[in-house]
Order: sequence, then C-alpha cells, then structure tokens
Amino acid sequence: MSSIPEELNYTKEHEWIAGVDDGLTLTVGITAYAAEALGDVVYVQVPEVGASIAAGDAVGEVESTKSVSDIYAPVAGEIVEVNAAVVDDPSLVNSDPYGEGWLFRVRLEGDADDLLSAQEYAALTSGES
Amino acid sequence: MSRPTPLRGVHEALGATLTDFAGWLMPLRYGSESAEHNAVRQAAGLFDLSHMGEIFVTGPQAAEALDYALVGYISALEPGRARYTMIVNAEGGVLDDLIVYRLAPEEFMVVANASNYPMVAAELTERAKAFDAVVDDRSDRYALVAVQGPRSQEILATLTDADLGGLKYYAGLPATVAGRPALIARTGYTGEDGFELFVEGADAEPLWAALTEAGEPYGLRPAGLSARDTLRLEAGMPLYGNELSAALTPFDAGLGRVVRFDKPGDFVGRAALEPLKDVPPSRRLVGLVATGRRVPRHGYPVVDAGGAVVGEVTSGAPSQSLGRPIAMAYVDDGPTEGLAVDIRGSHEPVEVVDLPFYRRNK
Repeated sequence: MSSIPEELNYTKEHEWIAGVDDGLTLTVGITAYAAEALGDVVYVQVPEVGASIAAGDAVGEVESTKSVSDIYAPVAGEIVEVNAAVVDDPSLVNSDPYGEGWLFRVRLEGDADDLLSAQEYAALTSGES
Repeated sequence: MSRPTPLRGVHEALGATLTDFAGWLMPLRYGSESAEHNAVRQAAGLFDLSHMGEIFVTGPQAAEALDYALVGYISALEPGRARYTMIVNAEGGVLDDLIVYRLAPEEFMVVANASNYPMVAAELTERAKAFDAVVDDRSDRYALVAVQGPRSQEILATLTDADLGGLKYYAGLPATVAGRPALIARTGYTGEDGFELFVEGADAEPLWAALTEAGEPYGLRPAGLSARDTLRLEAGMPLYGNELSAALTPFDAGLGRVVRFDKPGDFVGRAALEPLKDVPPSRRLVGLVATGRRVPRHGYPVVDAGGAVVGEVTSGAPSQSLGRPIAMAYVDDGPTEGLAVDIRGSHEPVEVVDLPFYRRNK
C-alpha cells in the first residue's frame, strides 16, 4: 500500500495537489501509487512558466521504462514555477514523489472544487489495485 | 485469467509487480527495473522463464523431421549443442524463433516462445508425420530458471559439480543442481554470459531458493520481464511480435543466415525462401539512438528529413548502458542522415547505428 498524505488533494489521474487551503499557488506532482505503477521514471516534461492552463489539459508527460503517461492540469491557472531538478533527474518522482519529485506550481484561477480528498483517493486506488 | 508459473508464490513474497504476458502471470519487476538491468550487466540476475515452451522430438528420424520442419540444419548439430533457428510457413513467413537442443542422437528439445508454443507443437506434429519421430509438448511439466550476468558461472558452480567451464555457449548438459536434476544450458537473452536451467516444475522453487542464497555474496538479484526486454534490446536480439512476425521472412529480419539451403532434402519454406536469398530487402532492421530523452516506442513512425514516413519502430526503451533511448526499427533503404521518430506528433532526431547497441567484454 503506497502512502497517501492526509493534507493533500488528489485527482483521478493520480496527481497530488498541495496548498489548496491557501487558494493561491498550488504545487502539483504525481502520487506514489502512480510512480509505483509506472516503474522507473526516465523522462519528465513539464509545462513552461507563464503558460495558461485549463483544468483537464494535457500539460506534460511522464515516461518510464515501459510506458508514457500524460500529466493533466488539475485546475485552471498560470504556471509560475517548474521543478528543474526533476527534469534533470526524473528518478526523483520514484524516490520522493510528494517532496523533491514535485512537478510544477500553478497560480489558481477559479476554484479547486473538483479535487479528491485523501480518503476519496485511497478508495479509488484500492479499487484499482 | 492469467496462468501462474510454479514460482508465483516466490514472486508474490518478493513483492513483484505481476503482469499478464502471453496469457501468463509473470513478474514485470521486483523493485527498480533499472537496478535489475544493471545487476545483470554488472553481477547477475535471476529470471523465471517458465512461460517458455519445451517441445521434445524423439525417435530414429527426429533429426530428419526437424530438418524438414525448421529452416536450420538440425541433423548437423552435435549432441550436447544448441542452435538458434526458426519455423516458417510455406510462404517463408516466420511463425516463431526457437532454440533447438540436441540432448542425444535421437532426442531434441525445441524451446519456443510463450505466445507461440501450442502452435509450434501442432505444426511440428503435423510436419513430423512422415517421419519415424514423436513430438511431445512437455511445456506444462518444465519450469525454466535463468541466471544471467558476468558472475553467473561462479554462482552456479557453488550448486553443481557439472563442468561449467567446459560448457560452451549454445551447449547443454544434464546435471544435478542443488540436488535436483536439471538441464544446464549456456544460453540467454540478455547479451551476457549465463545459464538457463530446465527443471521439473516441482523443483523450481527449491532451485530458486538455492540460487538466491548462493548468489547473495555475488550481487545476484531477481529480475523481471521489464529488465529482460531492455537487456535483449541492448543486445540487438529480436522479439517475436516486435521484430519478427508471419508477415516477415528471416531475410526481411536480417537473419537469413539461419536458413540453411545447404542441408539435404526439402524443408517447409524452401521454395519460397530460395529465390529471396540474394535479393537485398527493400527495408532493413536498424538500430536507432535518440538524441533527446523521449523514448521511441513500438509502432511509432520513422520519418526522413522531409517528414515522409520511411519506417516503423519495432521496440524501444531507455538504455541504461548507453544513457540514451534506443530502438530497433524497420527502415526503407535510403539515406540514414536526418532521420527522426515521430514521438506523439513531434519529430525527435535519431542516429542510425549498427546492432547490437551493447556487446559485453569477453
């Protein structure tokens, strides 16, 4: 059973979102569950700083030995920062998915109401595994 | 419902990620597939390959039957030796690639791919009808455990008295390993030295346990199908369903050397293949090394400098040994400069290289 931190929010596409309570700048990454399912991540593409994104847009990709997956924007907003370290060393997604493996930060425009709680995400992934 | 191998319990206890492969429930990886790949290159890896098929052909005319059924010159094989070969249809299309072991003058073991062996057994039975030979599919009875990597011989030597030093590449030897009867073959699909151990299904688990313990001081670790695929890709070895199919002849795949027109008598596919032997194919299987970090994958188009499609990727993966993504692809004859792979809409430059990508130091 992979970890699902209580304080974060989640999407069906296995992303985590931090900072929803502040409602300003949110940090986005992929979950430990997704990282384990992918296997060793070898390539991460993140959106460009300044890009304007709509919820559900494909804004990047995560590639592992065996597969490639899109990263979807969990909310609408503007990209304000991307994690250059994870682009250089994609294995951070595996080794520290909720920490050093974060992908990008987005300044929220609108709301973040459609996100899942930790309990909801845990229910979703227990159904899939 | 996928079929488990006799080692399923072991894989589950090791926390393996299991996957369906050709109808079998197989370990994809135990932890990091990159670490498993590197262990095989630098020390040793332990593989469950029990999904492979073992078909025995025995009798006074077993060799003649296989000469007729396969493209190889099987009757010329010395007892104790093995050969990489293929079974083709009447049109010369590849039905499977195989390793044939001559265990005794009148006893052969044909090792076929998991996805194909029921068909191969049926074809062999049909093709052997006119010969004094019996075809017996014993795939359900045997398990196959492989130890691959530079430390393999040292590890295996702790569990057997067999003369491993005297066992040549592509040779097999009946022996006792960890107190159990096994056929030790010096074969593999990784580009490294190594051994494949054919044992009764019930002996697989104790053999695995003995190898795990013996291999511990040498850095042996269990390795799954993901590592097996990247290892064979680096070694430039074809995978049936990717580089080989019934739509391709051995010549199309650049493996015309396995077709032995010099053997006596007719064989299935001879009439179709003979006219092709001196014709350069219009497409060639090549190696590609990506300049960037995105990975060309099975089915992606290869495009020329003008963007025209000139080929297709058959297998691709990030390469641990090269540090860059690699792929095999069928590419039309023509200039190889300026080629790219269409990776989900963007043309990523690739360099065409000779296969294999990786060759071990002997």
